[in-house]
Amino acid sequence: MEYLVIIISAILISNIVLTQFLGICPFLGVSKKISTAVGMTGAVVFVMTLATLVTFLLYKHVLQPLSLTYLQTIAFILVIAGLVQMVEIMLKKISKPLYEALGIFLPLITTNCAVLGITLMVLQPARGFDLAKALVFTVATALGFGLALVIMAGIREQLELVDIPKYMQGVPIALITAGILALAFMGFAGIV
Amino acid sequence: MNQWQNFTKGFIKENPILVIVLGTCPALAVTSSAINGLGMGLATTFVLLMSNILISLLKSLIPNSVRIPSFIVIIATFVTITDLVMKAYTPDLYNALGIFIPLIVVNCIVLGRAEAFASKNSVFSSAIDGLGMGLGFTMALTILGLIREMLGAGSAFGYKFIHPEADGILVFVLAPGAFFGLGFLIALTQIIKSKMK
Repeated sequence: MEYLVIIISAILISNIVLTQFLGICPFLGVSKKISTAVGMTGAVVFVMTLATLVTFLLYKHVLQPLSLTYLQTIAFILVIAGLVQMVEIMLKKISKPLYEALGIFLPLITTNCAVLGITLMVLQPARGFDLAKALVFTVATALGFGLALVIMAGIREQLELVDIPKYMQGVPIALITAGILALAFMGFAGIV
Repeated sequence: MNQWQNFTKGFIKENPILVIVLGTCPALAVTSSAINGLGMGLATTFVLLMSNILISLLKSLIPNSVRIPSFIVIIATFVTITDLVMKAYTPDLYNALGIFIPLIVVNCIVLGRAEAFASKNSVFSSAIDGLGMGLGFTMALTILGLIREMLGAGSAFGYKFIHPEADGILVFVLAPGAFFGLGFLIALTQIIKSKMK
């Protein structure tokens, strides 16, 4: 039950893109086609889960016992950057099709603030997560990112056919669309 | 390009948020009030200025193949300094900005300027570039914060100008208002840019 609450609130109520404003760059950048949106979601779920696993253990078993918690930001960004490189090299060897599907999205993920953001969020004392809860929360959050990305891609495919005022074309109309989407997601606020 | 143009390009012509559209995450997340926008902008300006200076100084020492990780470590160092200083001296602002202070590390503007400008130019022009870009970022965040605060809470920099018991249009302080505000601000910038030509 506890896990169900974590999952629902991470995907719908406090959606990482539409209410926490993390990962806006890929949200605007790769939401033009549904197929690329799905590819990006796969890559994000994969990297985020790995990143949380490694940084959570690093924080609890290395940084905290040695009172080095102020090095958190530097240590985490290095772990994430290294991890993304490693995943890329390993995927290339192990699974060619998966590499070709996720390939171009992997380098983009290092600068995706959602990944660093989530590794910092699961460690906030107010949440009180243990490793299992942190991982469930991470997977759910990544799926929430994917949900927002796929919905947005669907809307933008339709927007291609619409006559938009000259100065609203491109980013402005995408942001207004995201705003309406955020308004719709606010409707979930009461369910848990 | 003279230094004055180098300094002013960050305000309208190459404004990081309104024209290049980088660093949108903090721009949307922390601008629920003008003062938060200003605080976030100045913190980012500090990181941008210092990392630009240091990267420019070290540009001949950093091997080309590991330059991106090196830049990230330099940036992360200044972000950690900012984080600790703000925690000590401005605790209210620190709590309001939350995880977006450590997230300056992954703000695309900072790494973008390091890669596109500081690693190729002299220390002085890199410092001017960092300062100009940072202040342009600060300007955009403060304007967006001010618009949202005025519409959403009926106040400006914390001073309420509508009837004390009246409410603003709440949606502008919440998440959707951030998207609407930035969307219209970018459209407005595009109009201004086309008129300037």
